[in-house]
Amino acid sequence: MTQSPESELQKTPLDRLHRKLGAKMVAFAGYDMPVQYLGIMAEHRHTRQAAGLFDVSHMGQAQLHGANAVRALETLVPADIKELGVGRMRYTVLTDHKGGILDDLMVTVGADHLHIVVNASRKAADFAHIASHTEGGCRIEVLSNRALLALQGPAAVEVLARFAPPVRHLAFMSAETLTVSDIPCLVSRSGYTGEDGFEISVPADAAEALAETLLAEPEVKPIGLGARDTLRLEAGLCLYGSDIDTTTTPVEAGLAWTIGKRRRTDGGFPGAARILAELATGPRRRRVGLLPEGKAPARAHTPITTSFGATVGEVTSGGFGPSLDRPIAMGYVDAAHAAPGTALQLVVRGKPLPATVTKLPFVPRRYIKK
Amino acid sequence: MPTVRYSKDHEWVRIDGNEATVGITDYAQGQLGDVVFVELPDVGRDMKPGDNAAVVESVKAASEVYAPLAGKVRAANKAIVDDPSKVNSAPQGDGWFFKLTLASPDDAASLMDEAAYKAYVDGLK
Repeated sequence: MTQSPESELQKTPLDRLHRKLGAKMVAFAGYDMPVQYLGIMAEHRHTRQAAGLFDVSHMGQAQLHGANAVRALETLVPADIKELGVGRMRYTVLTDHKGGILDDLMVTVGADHLHIVVNASRKAADFAHIASHTEGGCRIEVLSNRALLALQGPAAVEVLARFAPPVRHLAFMSAETLTVSDIPCLVSRSGYTGEDGFEISVPADAAEALAETLLAEPEVKPIGLGARDTLRLEAGLCLYGSDIDTTTTPVEAGLAWTIGKRRRTDGGFPGAARILAELATGPRRRRVGLLPEGKAPARAHTPITTSFGATVGEVTSGGFGPSLDRPIAMGYVDAAHAAPGTALQLVVRGKPLPATVTKLPFVPRRYIKK
Repeated sequence: MPTVRYSKDHEWVRIDGNEATVGITDYAQGQLGDVVFVELPDVGRDMKPGDNAAVVESVKAASEVYAPLAGKVRAANKAIVDDPSKVNSAPQGDGWFFKLTLASPDDAASLMDEAAYKAYVDGLK
């Protein structure tokens, strides 16, 4: 992530609202973003119990236009985009020629274009990368005039349906252009918390009004990036730059499920040789969940060893899981030590602490699949 | 009469004769957010000013607590190990970290008094 002096930080269309709500602001990926309003623990629990509203306008949104858009994107990602119907979305990764991950992204099929959402820290690089591979009947349009809100939690559907009744019928990982409180939005049933919920792409000049409308509902509270991180960690979801990057492959990262069946046979994406070989014979290492014994959190870069002290990996995301009221972590370990139940150690401040490999997610995901 | 002094690392020290009780300030707990883990020094350990004395971890991050003065640890507050949220709810009361027997109580003059600490914190905002 890029850290800039405060004066150079970009602001989202909700900046004024964050300050009015008393947010604590931090620099994140070149943006001045709310890390918390009331407190990470309370915001996390509120999202799991009711509904939380997140400003994720720092993320990059773009559209790919043209007859060859699907074909062009498929040269950059291992997902099967061609088979997706209009209104369906898919999680995928941009890979490099070594099979590393340049970014993770969401792709939604529109009537005459693809809508993509990428990480804030990677958006300039991603859009340049995509633009350089779109010659011939495909062009990328960066949507810099749109905000992105996420409404997440078990009450999200009831709340949003008050302003956009059709969202009740929207299936997980699908999207529709809808008016929400008379504002034209692209609404998808998706998110980054493990809860049911929606992401709402909204014109920048209407974002504050929409956010205020949603926050006026009794179930909804504003949630900062701090709780966004603890929620996604409990849900076992990857953070780009921590859990996945150019040194990790989709197979190592446990993202083989994102690789389409046709793509496994035909390849045709960057790094296919390595990625398909790993699918066939297994990766050298795997991303796993780790449950430390005791109360000490194990943060990113904590060494992971066997019970005899041999280093077998490193934590990539770790901290405290508020819903579980205990520390949790994710990291990569050599494949021989990746089976759930394996006893390992996390070396925190020089002290080896026992931990157990566990299945992800830590907290069951509660997506509404139809 | 005990006197309370403050360090630039946002520790408070309540000094009573050659005894000092150490904790983190309300400003510090507010900056950390929800505290979820505390590691305290062993009783009997000798500390120099600036030594890593304790660890305090919030949901967000881990921070060190430094020894503000030289001395020997005479007590550690097990109650905040069992319930770290006391550091948030009563940072300058039940949320104290450890007690020192001071090597030289006069060194406390090098720390800030309440007015100086308040000005110091205001300068950080």
